[in-house]
Amino acid sequence: MILVLEQILNGLQYGVMLFLLAAGLTLIFGIMGVINLAHGSLYMVGAYAGTYVAAETGSFWLGLPAALAAAAVTGLAIEALVIRRLYNRDHLDQVLATFALILMFNQIIVMLFGRSPVFTLLPAAFDGSVEILPGLFYPPYRLLIIGAGLLVAVGLYFLINRTRIGMLVRAGSTNRDMVRALGVDIRLLYTVVFGLGALLAGLAGYMAGPILAVQVGMGEQILLATFVVVVIGGVGSIRGAFVAGIALGVIDTCLRAFLPGLLRNVMPASEADALGVGISSMGIYLLMALVLLIRPKGLFAAGS
Amino acid sequence: MRNRILALLLICVLIALPTITRELGEASLLALATRILIYGMAAASLNFILGYGGMVSFGHAAFFGIGAYVVGILATHHASGEPLFGIIPGTDQMLVTLPLAVLVAGAFAAAIGALSLRTGGVQFIMITLAFAQMLFFLFVSLKAYGGEDGIIISRTNALPGLNMRDKATFYYVVLAIAVLFFFGLRRLTQSSFGTVISGIRQNERRMAALGIPAYRYKLYAFILSGMGAGLAGALMANFLRFASPDMMHWTKSGELMIMVILGGVGTLFGPFLGAGAFLILETFLAEWSENWPFALGLILLVVVLGTRGGLQALIDRVTALVRGGAK
Repeated sequence: MILVLEQILNGLQYGVMLFLLAAGLTLIFGIMGVINLAHGSLYMVGAYAGTYVAAETGSFWLGLPAALAAAAVTGLAIEALVIRRLYNRDHLDQVLATFALILMFNQIIVMLFGRSPVFTLLPAAFDGSVEILPGLFYPPYRLLIIGAGLLVAVGLYFLINRTRIGMLVRAGSTNRDMVRALGVDIRLLYTVVFGLGALLAGLAGYMAGPILAVQVGMGEQILLATFVVVVIGGVGSIRGAFVAGIALGVIDTCLRAFLPGLLRNVMPASEADALGVGISSMGIYLLMALVLLIRPKGLFAAGS
Repeated sequence: MRNRILALLLICVLIALPTITRELGEASLLALATRILIYGMAAASLNFILGYGGMVSFGHAAFFGIGAYVVGILATHHASGEPLFGIIPGTDQMLVTLPLAVLVAGAFAAAIGALSLRTGGVQFIMITLAFAQMLFFLFVSLKAYGGEDGIIISRTNALPGLNMRDKATFYYVVLAIAVLFFFGLRRLTQSSFGTVISGIRQNERRMAALGIPAYRYKLYAFILSGMGAGLAGALMANFLRFASPDMMHWTKSGELMIMVILGGVGTLFGPFLGAGAFLILETFLAEWSENWPFALGLILLVVVLGTRGGLQALIDRVTALVRGGAK
């Protein structure tokens, strides 16, 4: 029971990370109609910039603004230089141009930091583990991530549902052309949304640092899972990104944790491990295929 | 007429290539040419649904990988002598492995296509990617066939009467298949079936109004496209004497798309040009600097943002200019 609870918490933490990435991606997708494969690169940029500053200054907390700033600035730069030219192109051009960005960003990072993974120090106050339930010891840093993610979710909820800019964002993801026809400066809205998405990706990247290795290609590993979240949740829906992110995080983590053990009851251990890992890696894609077959636009598609 | 002369010239050069590379002492060029022909077929298959049919499949490397694995798995069972599933004997005969690879890839394409084509747009891109990833992880977890490391195929499949170990012979076999493939594809795009597929891309609702069952036609095109990629994959497994899950990784699907767009979407010869440009770029950039992915990304970005229609359009424009100047 303790083990299950622990894995659910791990899943929650992973789900929150997925949500941070998916929230930005789904807005970019829904409002601008751009498939941005380079979103994972922003996550990587945030992780590297933050980790670098944290290592130089010795303070975890100083790394945070650095990560956010680096990701946001990079995001605004690629929006101005590349993404802006892709708004009216078809998806194929978008996929390729942002694929090209991935190649470039990965190589820039290799040139600057080399190929070997960088390790991040944990903030001193969050080292070790705390007993949150009798018998359940859990690292407080992961709780911090869950807390931060939920905080961002609440903040986004208010931003989207209670502010003028949020109203424009909602309108934009329902009917882009109508918003433009009503005289809204859609280009500025695009830039703001892209910047916000980049900021969240940077936050996710920096927070992931102490748990996962900060390395080249870290963006692509989580990018595909993020796309699965966006598509399952429904393109353009923050609520969908939240629900799908948490659900996928928990499902994926639990499959990975428990499936090999279950399979070991019916087959030899080495094969069970390999098969278990394989099937649990397939899990989220299987889920996406199922959801799309039943609801081709995703669970909470905007404008449906 | 002009095109015929050009095509004839190209075929002559391709036939003479093994002799030329032998004289130059550049054996690696022949290997590069073989790879270009094989990837050209895979890219042309993708282009058939992507360029002509407007279906952006982001998981086409899956069929390429399946073709390769058919060859690899049959070779494994041939080597060990144990039949697959206890009934199907392994084989190393190319006349058996290639058609089988095409059929198996077609069967997978039928299943994946039947499900994926119920969606469209972004969802289609993502669901094809999802299926490809599932197959990728499936083969990673198959320990019996090498798991992550893949299968090493001890020798190239045999064709009666030919020494397939000879690089030049293998090149000629690939060339012959590629030429047949190219003319078959040309016939297909010019057929009424090809016209329907193009019509669906332009306006699916109009085709439906004309009484054409769009879903069924798209599915047939998807299956044919998967079969073409399977054929290319089977040849690649023979060429590398290796099949691994990396062949169906999503970045491979991305590379196939790059080849298509580099060469020119919806053109007949474009994908071959694109495969050539991509592989030559990759090879020479890699020799030039270890930071070649950056340069490749930059070139790609410029091509996507700066040109419309890829290399084929560029060549058309240049020849139009030259002809205009000659008048």
